[in-house]
Amino acid sequence: MSISGIFLILFLIVHLTVNSMIVFDDSGALFNQAAHFMATDPIIGVIEPILAIGLIVHFLFASIITFKNQRKRDVNYAGLGRYKKLDAAAGSNWPSRNMYILGGLILIFLVIHLINFFWKMKFTGDPLLHTPTGLEGDVENAYNLVTTKFIEWKWLVGIYVVGALALGLHLYHGVWSAFQTLGWSNRKWRDIWNVIGLIITILFAGGFAFIPLFVMIQSMV
Amino acid sequence: MKLILKIWRQASPKDEGGFQTYHLDDASQDMTFLELLDALNEKLIVEDQDPVAFEHDCREGICGSCAMMINGRPHGPGEETTTCQLNMKAFRDGDTIIVEPWRARAFPVIKDLVVDRSAFEKIMEAGGFVDVDVSAVPDANTYPVARRDAEEAFDAAECIGCGACVAACKNSSAMLFVAGKVSQYALLPQGQMEGLQRAWNMVAKMDELGFGSCTNTGACEAECPKGVSLAHIARLNRQFLKAGFKKVGEEKN
Ligand code: SF4
Ligand code: FES
Repeated sequence: MSISGIFLILFLIVHLTVNSMIVFDDSGALFNQAAHFMATDPIIGVIEPILAIGLIVHFLFASIITFKNQRKRDVNYAGLGRYKKLDAAAGSNWPSRNMYILGGLILIFLVIHLINFFWKMKFTGDPLLHTPTGLEGDVENAYNLVTTKFIEWKWLVGIYVVGALALGLHLYHGVWSAFQTLGWSNRKWRDIWNVIGLIITILFAGGFAFIPLFVMIQSMV
Repeated sequence: MKLILKIWRQASPKDEGGFQTYHLDDASQDMTFLELLDALNEKLIVEDQDPVAFEHDCREGICGSCAMMINGRPHGPGEETTTCQLNMKAFRDGDTIIVEPWRARAFPVIKDLVVDRSAFEKIMEAGGFVDVDVSAVPDANTYPVARRDAEEAFDAAECIGCGACVAACKNSSAMLFVAGKVSQYALLPQGQMEGLQRAWNMVAKMDELGFGSCTNTGACEAECPKGVSLAHIARLNRQFLKAGFKKVGEEKN
């Protein structure tokens, strides 16, 4: 759980870096070049299936742990929830208790995300991809595909914002939890991981939500 | 002070059980929670009813027997207090108080609020001991222990085995208990003989007995009446992983 989680975070850092190029370069050249590199580089080609395996491992372990743990209590507390601030759950934060639900939201988002972009770039193609990029060589216009979709389908932007929020909350607990599970924590490091977790939360939730919002809003003004 | 008590009544482990409502009109804010239950039981006995079964012994927060869930919190409201230390000042006239037993598959209900916590004993038998002779108090400074380690070991040793950590955890995991018991030995010279094997065996036993696995929510630490820290769980994880790498599993004996 922890190791696959940390691996997926590393991927997210790369992904956010590449995506942020959409914001930094309106011509799209920077993003197109990066996307082209990601699609053609042999090393990335090797990492891609490993990433998929990492995700599947993360999901399978999460499912096993969640369903096993759920069976460890047969009767629920009647006093829970009735005294909201007082109940035992109040001692833990909401994301930490709902990692599987947040993970499920992220998974749903991921499917939508992959169908819209990854699938088209990799397999089915899309006329938007074959618009001129102004770049040398056979570079697909990924920038055009991404920005056009965000401008055309405003609801898609909404889904991305929700997805980014779910991811952020998932990581808020996930970061510290991963290192705690690996034993790499103590009284002092716990605070440090929590701060790092918060920074990652803000960075990823904010970053991934900002990009589609930016594209949409830019087209409207 | 008038109170409405909703208490879980269950005649035997097999009985289905359910909540019973009791009205107590002469409760005092100077009582502890256990004294409140005593008052209720006296009333029930006079009325020829079965008194509420609950565990208690020291009544000063050191034995860990007064286990019960009060308004959805183990040992009731208040930080780092056991039920016996819980003052009725925490409640107000007219309050409804819900009292239930610990709920965990590994802690089956015996009667009313009393659950069978012998699973904790079994975990202790799997590793909560030292193999060296410590019968007499050793001379001071025979075994030098760094102050920081002594403090940390003592913090872990404060665990009174009440089970609130299991009761609070959504996974019914006993990690905080096991971590406390492992840490109290792991940092001291007397505990080095069993070393990593202790962590491995106790965790294995915990899993076997039907406790859930830890997902680091921290509900245990927030509810622990002795403030045992999650830092001990990190230490336990460290030892457990090391034991796994070195393959120091259970020696069948
Ligand atoms: S760790 Fe705390 S909550 Fe758990 S058994 Fe020990 S004293 Fe009770
Ligand atoms: S009765 Fe001993 S801790 Fe409460």
